[in-house]
Amino acid sequence: MSAVDRFTALPPFSRLTPEETALLTRATREVAFAAGERLCEEGRPADRLWVLESGRVEVGTAVPGRGDVVVQTLGPGELLGWSWLVPPHRWDFGARALTTVTAAELDGRLLRELADADPAFGYALTRAMFEVLAHRLRGTRARLLDLYRSGRD
Amino acid sequence: MTEPMLPVPYRVERRTEQTRDTATLRLVPAGPALPRFRPGQFTMLYARGIGEVAISISGDPSTEDGVLEQTVRDVGAVSHALHDAGPGTVLGVRGPFGRGWDVESARGGDVVIVAGGVGLAPLRPVVLAVLADRAAYGRVVLVAGARTPGDFLYRGEFAAWEPSIEVRRTVDQPAAGWTGGVGFVTEPLATVGPFPGRATAFLCGPEPMMRFSAQVLRRRGIPPADIRVSLERNMQCGTALCGHCQLGPLLLCRDGPVVSYAEAEPLLLVREL
Repeated sequence: MSAVDRFTALPPFSRLTPEETALLTRATREVAFAAGERLCEEGRPADRLWVLESGRVEVGTAVPGRGDVVVQTLGPGELLGWSWLVPPHRWDFGARALTTVTAAELDGRLLRELADADPAFGYALTRAMFEVLAHRLRGTRARLLDLYRSGRD
Repeated sequence: MTEPMLPVPYRVERRTEQTRDTATLRLVPAGPALPRFRPGQFTMLYARGIGEVAISISGDPSTEDGVLEQTVRDVGAVSHALHDAGPGTVLGVRGPFGRGWDVESARGGDVVIVAGGVGLAPLRPVVLAVLADRAAYGRVVLVAGARTPGDFLYRGEFAAWEPSIEVRRTVDQPAAGWTGGVGFVTEPLATVGPFPGRATAFLCGPEPMMRFSAQVLRRRGIPPADIRVSLERNMQCGTALCGHCQLGPLLLCRDGPVVSYAEAEPLLLVREL
């Protein structure tokens, strides 16, 4: 089984029908990144996404006076990149491989074309992406609550 | 035999700074020892002349000589006095109280331990109990979250735990040199599992953290009855007499602090409770 096949077995993609999965894999290829290599740059056109199979990636942004600030790290089984789906299709954050990374890389432009041509597939794909986004939003909101705050803060 | 309402003297043998506001006290009996504790139980610790608070026992449950380890976070007058208690200080101790995690019931299955902030303290006995009988459990995963890398309790012990169990640490705010994860505990938690067989989850931390984590674990196939949470309420007597720790039908000093999420979820959604 290839990395491409393996990621389709992961939630939320595992809920797609075989036909939808076949469309998804048409837009997918296996990739690898060396430690330190950048996967995407903030502000540049966003035309792909990755489902990580091994290794770890940090997602961050450059903050004047503070350098590159890491907002999240992602690991095996996690999805990186949704800017390809949402206009203006530019990366909101940058991402860098912390270790050697292998991943399934999906062509965002092709996925958009496939979704436009087949709205049922588009809906299933959007729902899968929305599930990931909702999970991330819940995690981000929980961090905003600053739940582990000390009595001394 | 000790009287449950009568503190017995314990002497601070060692005090270990864990974080900027948390310290672990190693307490040895200065008289008759309290009964042996089970993971997840707590004691009422009395700082003489100041007051008494409930503190979970964070030590090794296999200890047989009455020694207790208790990790105290400095948040109020009593906990401040306990936190600052140096070697030689004599404290009053009552307990152990409450139902524990019942780690034994997880034997033969996978184990997921989720700790947020100082929530790792009551879970350390679970980790130590599992490590002492490692072959009795399947896959064991510890997901621990903290505000910053410097806010993790027991930082020196993770390396000893990791060969036997999977440890995933994640922080809200990374610092230079941090090589662990960045994000809320639910993020790494969503990628552990699924658990096709039986799995038991032990959760301790702020209530919203436990609620969010339980939701993720349910989606990973663990039913609410197999998810256990430790609930903090105002423990006063420890013996189910005063009622201060009431949560719905439960008196948590007696019926908790560990309860199943099946029991806890409907209660936690009632604002007045």
